[in-house]
Amino acid sequence: MHRVWALVERELRRFRRNPLLIVVTIVGPLLQLVVLGYAYGGNLQDLRVALVDHDHGVSAVRLRALTNAVAANARTFVTLPYADEGGALADLRSGKVDGVITIPPGFSRRVLAKEDPRVALIQNNTDRFVAGTLGNTFSALVAAFDAPRASTKRVSDKVTLDVVELFPYVPYIQYLLPGSVVLAIFTMVMIGGAFSFIDDKSRGLHEGYLVTPVTRLELVAGFNISGAIKAFIAGMGLTVVGSMLAGIPHPFAPVRLLELALVVAMTALALVSLMFMLMARVSDPMIPRIASGLLSTLLFFPSGAVYPTQAFPPWMRVIAAVDPFTYAVHALRALLVQGVGLRALAGDLAVLAAFSAFSMIAAAALFRRTL
Amino acid sequence: MSVVDVRALTKRFGPFTAVDAISFAVEEGEVFGLLGPNGAGKSTLIRMLTTLVPPSGGTAAVANCDVARDPSGVRRAIGVIPQNLTSDLDLSVEENLVIFAKLYGVPRARRGALIAELLEAVQLTDWADRPVKFLSGGMRRRVEIARGLVHQPRILFLDEPTTGLDPVSRMAVWEMVRKIKATQDLTVLLTTHYLDEADRLCDRVAIVDRGHLVALDTPTALKASVPGKSLLDVGFANAPPSWAERLRALPAVERVTCAGAAFRIATSDGPITTRALLDAAESARVTVGSLTVASTTLDDVFVQYTGRGLRDELQEPSAADRLPLHVKHR
Repeated sequence: MHRVWALVERELRRFRRNPLLIVVTIVGPLLQLVVLGYAYGGNLQDLRVALVDHDHGVSAVRLRALTNAVAANARTFVTLPYADEGGALADLRSGKVDGVITIPPGFSRRVLAKEDPRVALIQNNTDRFVAGTLGNTFSALVAAFDAPRASTKRVSDKVTLDVVELFPYVPYIQYLLPGSVVLAIFTMVMIGGAFSFIDDKSRGLHEGYLVTPVTRLELVAGFNISGAIKAFIAGMGLTVVGSMLAGIPHPFAPVRLLELALVVAMTALALVSLMFMLMARVSDPMIPRIASGLLSTLLFFPSGAVYPTQAFPPWMRVIAAVDPFTYAVHALRALLVQGVGLRALAGDLAVLAAFSAFSMIAAAALFRRTL
Repeated sequence: MSVVDVRALTKRFGPFTAVDAISFAVEEGEVFGLLGPNGAGKSTLIRMLTTLVPPSGGTAAVANCDVARDPSGVRRAIGVIPQNLTSDLDLSVEENLVIFAKLYGVPRARRGALIAELLEAVQLTDWADRPVKFLSGGMRRRVEIARGLVHQPRILFLDEPTTGLDPVSRMAVWEMVRKIKATQDLTVLLTTHYLDEADRLCDRVAIVDRGHLVALDTPTALKASVPGKSLLDVGFANAPPSWAERLRALPAVERVTCAGAAFRIATSDGPITTRALLDAAESARVTVGSLTVASTTLDDVFVQYTGRGLRDELQEPSAADRLPLHVKHR
């Protein structure tokens, strides 16, 4: 065992001499967290909606008052009055406005006569986020328009749905944080592990070890443990800084920090053993650099880090099922966002442990003790 | 008693045979040299003996352990200084030595004193705390030597220990190897393509060429096996047509070759032949334009056994370099 620790000591001494490595490893995922978190996380606001009123009757005025209320409060959109539909549609096509609401002639009369009154929402459906938001907002607005202003019945005969939210509102940056932590671990595994391992190998540094009595298993264990320690430091660094940036409540609660440390350690071990399994026979320094980009895309996006896996096509769900990122993200999200305890993570931790064991055994089998 | 016993050792890389049934034995306590040009098979041979490359055929025992069947036993007995620098550039000299001492399982109680002694021996005590990346090439090589000796091995393998070093650093490394050898019970096996290195350091030299062992003896015996103990290179301004015959008749001359007005005379007694040559030239009124007298070198030995000069060979790409890529790296 003393040989394993000698290898670990050597790697950690090198790591300590290179503080830039930890900065580089954390800065990338942190930047992604902040940019993506704020870019995708907010509600859409200030969408421009052209309003063409051909009616000008009482009901049209009431509908316009409702749109003005939304514009003034939720600020989902602002209405821009247009005299004719042709100009509004031209501006919608050119992107000057995001939607057009048309109140047809005789709208107020039809409302009073209960003759199937209609308003039209014309939208640019090439942007599904904007189209979806406008569609939902105007549906709610029309529903409010239709609702009776005062009910005489004490007990309603209509079924209503009461939505109960289990957790407080979760901004997208908090939703994204677990993925960023796993990405920081992965980045350290690649830069501080794979790049350094293959660079040393190609420079002939490994020859020095191979002529010592250190065994193949000790070499693999030494590289895995040192790589996992470095990745753990990067993961915990991002967990703490990212929690503060994302506004996670009570980021330094000791019990939760310990639970997070356990998940980060298991994730670091799983990813580092995956890396050594893949790089056991590699000697070209270009390979880990190419693999780094490919793997981060292949492992990060299907994991549910940025979008729920339930939205994925079947082939992508298969990737998600065998992707260690998936279980790490799920476990970290449960701790960081939902605040649940370790018992809820048992399944994720078991998968990560099994993955580490399999990868480490495979890496040891693939690793060559000769040149 | 042999500490390295090599029998018909062979290494093939696909269709290319890098080491072809080489046999030799290294006695305990001697400095044994493998001399040959790049691509001769020296490094492959040393890599097989140090368990880095598995042999394709034959057997080799190092410290009574078979390299194929008991590589761990071999590794415990040897110290290796490969061609590449294997010390970690980011770590200090002492840290490198400590890490390797731990890898070899040197007990903590002995570690400190042993490392201090080694640093003293390689004259790096004042540099112990400096990262290796700040040291010169010669100093880095000395770190390697100390690293290879940190567990007090019985046998030290040095693969081209002075390649790439300036003449002063080369001599410093030679001096260091001699000094360490004098104070420790150590057998040294080194590869080199420097004739002077083999000549000055080695008790015995094996000449390796294109995977074959072509000669093996002490440097003195090898040089003595070449006709002529001295070589006279003479240029004549007006040599008559039968002049080569006249030179062959001079005392102690063993061989005469000529290229135009330049003659090379191999002689078993340089001073007598030189004196007779000058007398003959004066009496025949032949003008001596230039005259150089040199002792036989290992280069002459190399020419004798391979038909080529070692220096010429070093200019050519090695056999390994000429291999197709997929064969070379297999």
